[in-house]
Amino acid sequence: MSSPDPGRTSPAVCAAPRSGGVGLVETLSLELPDGLELEGGARLAPITVAYETYGRLAPDRRNAVLICHALSGDAHAAGLHAAEDRCAGWFDDFIGPGRAFDTDRWFVICSNVLGGCKGTTGPASIDPRTGLPYGLSFPVVTLRDMVAAQRRLVAHLGIDRLLAVAGGSMGGMQALRWAVDHPDAVASCLAIATAGRQSPRAIAFHEIGRQAIQADPAWRKGDYYVGPAPDAGLSVARMVGHITYLSEEAMQAKFGRRLQDKAEFGYELATDFEVESYLRHQGDAFTRRFDANSYLYITKAIDYFDLGRGARSLAAALARARASFLLMSFSSDWLYPTAHSRELLRALLLNGQDASFCEIDSAAGHDAFLLEHERMAPVIRGFLERVHRRWTGGGDGGEGDGEGGESLAQRRRGAEGEGSG
Amino acid sequence: MSPEGNPARADHRQIVRLVERRAKVLDLGCGDGDLLALLAREREATGFGVEISAAAVRTCLERGLGAVQGDVAETVAEYPDGSFDTVILSHTLQELADPARVLDDMLRVGRDAIVSFPNFGHVAIRLSYVLRGRMPKSRVLPFEWYNTPNVHLMTVLDFEQFCAGRGIEILDRVYLGGPFGRVPAALANLLAETAVFRLRRHRARGSYS
Repeated sequence: MSSPDPGRTSPAVCAAPRSGGVGLVETLSLELPDGLELEGGARLAPITVAYETYGRLAPDRRNAVLICHALSGDAHAAGLHAAEDRCAGWFDDFIGPGRAFDTDRWFVICSNVLGGCKGTTGPASIDPRTGLPYGLSFPVVTLRDMVAAQRRLVAHLGIDRLLAVAGGSMGGMQALRWAVDHPDAVASCLAIATAGRQSPRAIAFHEIGRQAIQADPAWRKGDYYVGPAPDAGLSVARMVGHITYLSEEAMQAKFGRRLQDKAEFGYELATDFEVESYLRHQGDAFTRRFDANSYLYITKAIDYFDLGRGARSLAAALARARASFLLMSFSSDWLYPTAHSRELLRALLLNGQDASFCEIDSAAGHDAFLLEHERMAPVIRGFLERVHRRWTGGGDGGEGDGEGGESLAQRRRGAEGEGSG
Repeated sequence: MSPEGNPARADHRQIVRLVERRAKVLDLGCGDGDLLALLAREREATGFGVEISAAAVRTCLERGLGAVQGDVAETVAEYPDGSFDTVILSHTLQELADPARVLDDMLRVGRDAIVSFPNFGHVAIRLSYVLRGRMPKSRVLPFEWYNTPNVHLMTVLDFEQFCAGRGIEILDRVYLGGPFGRVPAALANLLAETAVFRLRRHRARGSYS
């Protein structure tokens, strides 16, 4: 017996719209005619950055939160593009009135990464010098470059300092990069289900995906934009990736050894198991929304990520940051396991930096960072309020606005009383 | 539950008195963050809690407190020298596998340390064992022998001797004893249910002050 759609609840398919979200939104574009000098040495110009915003920027501009997306995400983090959309933005469960990133409180920004294929300049974009898609002539970009592009967007929106930069997986790596590369522009960093460096195992899984794409004859060294795309290769890449996002427990629960649309083994080399059918579906669906070259470039950018590189240590690199940190990991995530978050935590504690950490007990594997909103939301809300209170002059751990105000008054009285001697 | 209503948390009130205004504190075994919240409210203290329970850490963070999920002994060892004004260990010392090492780390990480623990020398506990021949239980030691987390119980005298032998200076001591409230020092080992000590590394030996 097969379940109707085992992938329905998976974030890889989509976040079903819930009532009470941010409603109808549209993706906007920022043009950067001068582009950017990239970490790899090349200059990329011009650059378009696709982005969306939710909520309103406060008059003091101290309520802006940047959300960074993961490998396959985009600028459409919340809400709907059209009333009849069946899928909301990829982080819709977390963004909206009263949600983890409360749009009644915060001005939330999300942009598509440099090298992406959802509106920001990437290998599928037209190279103005040739009038043709870049393909492999697109320069290799890094997470530092992605963050540099986001920095330009944030400045364009009139924001000098973000209340928070937040993200899971590759998004968490960007948040860390932000805190280290732009210490004065980040009050807090929420690094979720991520690591201070890409592990060799994670690089290895990416390499399988890249090899699958490059082995597809349709790939043609990246020059496929006029003919058929390397869908078979990209589909295999997504299948491999998807396995790394699930836990053993989740796969047992979701599929077990159930057969797909049959009661007995077929004794033929066709799809027998539900898990095979699910992965193929995931792979196929992905080819309809993602560019194979973007997959190559973005996975490469993640693999290059190593916060401690160029410094004496991870701690030495993080010492530049002035943000408050919230690290979260998930017990069944084996792609970015808790040990990776603890390595970051140790470095932050060693530096005496403001760091909080919690591990959420979840069977959902790496995907948990998109699913466990019920337990994550109170933590994120509490953390953001604390950071905001500290930035705007309140104290610590108040359990209401009144208390925050009182605490400030007390502090002033205390300072007078003690004569700051 | 308010600290007053919970006998095991009566020490919170005393700890608050011993913490300086606007101190930076580290609370080891912070639970839901009740003490940190109290310190923030009454002393404008800022700081962090360390707690092994994931649910309790989530509660701390939800309340807007800084918190780190982890083992107390392992986590306090990660902090640099002198990074807090005060490191607090409330009703947890007796649960630790290596209390001496944790105390050393507390005195390294903090300018001072505040420790509270149930006094195993309390008269009711002595009588319970001597007269009834049963493992003692009390308001502050409510566990059965088979489920108690307490592996290193001690008396007030034991702890004072321990401090003297390890170059730890006792700056303040508060003894709490049931219906009598505060207990005089001379009778502390017999009448104190809970002892609260503020400590620092002896100046003569202190390499951290």
